[in-house]
Amino acid sequence: MSTVKIPPVLRSSTGGEKEVSAEGGNVGEVLRALATRHPETERQLFSEDGELNRYVNVYLNDEDVRVLEGLQTPVSDADTLVILPAMAGGAR
Amino acid sequence: MIEPRLDNRPCGGKYADILEAIGHTPLVELRRFAPKPGVRIYAKLESYNPTGSVKDRVALAMIDDAEARGAIRPGQTILEPTSGNTGISLAMICSRKGYPLKVVMPDNVTQERTQLLRMFGAEIVYSPGAQASNGAVAMALEMAEADASYYMPYQYGNEANPLAHYNGTAVEILEELDDVAAFVGGLGTGGTLMGCARRLKEEDPETKIVAAEPLQGELVQGLRSLDDGYIPPILDLSLLDRKIFVSNRDAVVWTKRLLAEEGLFTGVSAGAIAAIAVRVASDLDEGNVVFVVPDDGWKYLSSGVYTKTLEELEDSLESASFW
Repeated sequence: MSTVKIPPVLRSSTGGEKEVSAEGGNVGEVLRALATRHPETERQLFSEDGELNRYVNVYLNDEDVRVLEGLQTPVSDADTLVILPAMAGGAR
Repeated sequence: MIEPRLDNRPCGGKYADILEAIGHTPLVELRRFAPKPGVRIYAKLESYNPTGSVKDRVALAMIDDAEARGAIRPGQTILEPTSGNTGISLAMICSRKGYPLKVVMPDNVTQERTQLLRMFGAEIVYSPGAQASNGAVAMALEMAEADASYYMPYQYGNEANPLAHYNGTAVEILEELDDVAAFVGGLGTGGTLMGCARRLKEEDPETKIVAAEPLQGELVQGLRSLDDGYIPPILDLSLLDRKIFVSNRDAVVWTKRLLAEEGLFTGVSAGAIAAIAVRVASDLDEGNVVFVVPDDGWKYLSSGVYTKTLEELEDSLESASFW
């Protein structure tokens, strides 16, 4: 099972859990497994058309999956998915 | 012997005004960071701009563009959300050109930024630090909406921002290197990455564009929901080949390495970008990797990054705003 790291803004939907283990062969399957276990996360993670919500960034270890293969990006048991809200960055 | 004329010296009399000294920054090879023969790593030292950051290019391009379009007139107040460098650049440029400046920035940025802004005559409005840059953007947008007399360049959505890099940073890199296998920049507004990506990929579509972004982590406690998230309008993810986050800890480790191994005194974001540049370089068999050093280290001295050990910095690593 892969590990999913939950950001503070989503923890009220996971009963306060910071990390959740979830099964799946790709990013979409792992996130669906998370949403099945914690249904309140589904509306926040996915848009109505089943894609990643606009303001959700998901990282495979430390790489943004949107720049990889999106929800189809393959995931192995050793991988960690990190969910983060899209931020404005530092505007250096 | 008579000294040669001033205008024959390399820089003597070259710039008639400090604003003309923006850009033309050094590209420096970092030989100790090269992972293997045939792969070379270069740092584009944007810290050499007049106020010490890459944002001089962006601020000048945005003000020049607004003037050219007739969108501002002398004496009009400029308003901008910024966590520091853009504000400092705008403050210097606005003071030269005669525009009052108001900046909105998170209340947890370092003292040096506040002092520099005040030094150049800017007025500061603080937004909640817990909301990071998102809070500053939201507050500035509200202020601009409530008062039509403000002109907001809005670097996150202003095409003059990436164009400053398309016409400047990227061109300068191509003047010095025949090929660029990969370009690594920091992701804030997206300006550096978008402008350089377009120009470098025009030259060679195979050039990989890699974004290094700050891991905001527990910093974003202030968000109420994911719908409070923000994506800069100028950011086009399709131009990126990779987008990788870097923890504050790794950023500080590499900032110290830049200083100790290559003699570069940089801001912390340069450390983060260098970490990714070395990683990208180690995956190559040959070629040039260019990364951007967005600013120098002066503004971060009070954070202790350069003088304290990682253990001593541990408590501040997750709460500080270095980017």
